[in-house]
Amino acid sequence: MSDSSQIDSQGAVAVQAALHEIVDDWSADKQVFHVPWGKAMMWIFLVSDTFIFTCFLTGYMTVRMSTTVPWPIPSEVFALVIGGANIPLVLIAIMTFILISSSGTMAMAVNFAYRRDRVKVGVLMLVTAAFGVSFVGMQAFEWTKLIVEEGVRPWGNPMGAAQFGSSFFMITGFHGLHVSIGVIYLTIVALKVMRGDYDKKGNYEIVEIAGLYWHFVDLVWVFIFAFFYLW
Amino acid sequence: MEHAEGQQHPISIYLKIWILLFVLSTMSYMVDYLEFQGYLRWFLIITFMLLKAGFIVAIFMHMRWERLALMYTILLPPLCLLVLISLMAIEGDYTFLLRAVFFGQESVVPFEH
Repeated sequence: MSDSSQIDSQGAVAVQAALHEIVDDWSADKQVFHVPWGKAMMWIFLVSDTFIFTCFLTGYMTVRMSTTVPWPIPSEVFALVIGGANIPLVLIAIMTFILISSSGTMAMAVNFAYRRDRVKVGVLMLVTAAFGVSFVGMQAFEWTKLIVEEGVRPWGNPMGAAQFGSSFFMITGFHGLHVSIGVIYLTIVALKVMRGDYDKKGNYEIVEIAGLYWHFVDLVWVFIFAFFYLW
Repeated sequence: MEHAEGQQHPISIYLKIWILLFVLSTMSYMVDYLEFQGYLRWFLIITFMLLKAGFIVAIFMHMRWERLALMYTILLPPLCLLVLISLMAIEGDYTFLLRAVFFGQESVVPFEH
């Protein structure tokens, strides 16, 4: 009894301290976010991007719920025949693992950036970018297969609901565009890291900021994978 | 909080999360592979999705080590999207019913020309 009330009062103290911190940060009449401005701005951009992707996914949900024509079954549409066996969704699974791995190498790059290990940061970022390129390559393969072999178009397809094509091309296309831009961004930052630009400036914040963008691309894919491919 | 030196954490935590994300992805793929259907499928897909998203934001994007002011600024506004999603779900359902009523009859009673 006395134990639980003690824990309760400790919890209350922690909540009070947290509220104090928030009020202090907002009311101190100076900078609210105690992070580099570039990082705060990247976060704000990512919030806006979250809204864009959610609008796409919500639009997709609405057309999929409201059509009376059966929706093409993603598990079958995205199956591949490998060694004579028909494996459902296999390419998408590989793409998912590639993107997660790229997030892992990016997280390591950010970590080494704070240790000022120039070479490791550069190499890990280039590895991340290489994963990104292979992801986009597989997406190009997937699009080609769908357009050429399956006859999927934005306005219709032979497998079912016409809205499948437009949702698919818009959502995965916009995500693929993000990956491609990320690859360019990471490559530029990696080359600058290796050239020693940030040693001269004395901070490696840009690596963490680029990392935020890249992790976000992975984050969006988690939702696309769940809602577009697994529904 | 380590803001002077930026976000510095032991490498091992990233490796652990990396492995965890692999496991969670495999499990969500298995949901499809084993052909779970209905509410069980939805429950599993959304659980794995939210866990993955949570770990990416909290650990890889360092959110759990940020100050609350930044955390709330970034994480609360997206909750508004739940309103949009609910409204559009209701709307989608309604459109489906209307279409079933109007187009549905055409398929039951073929046109006589």
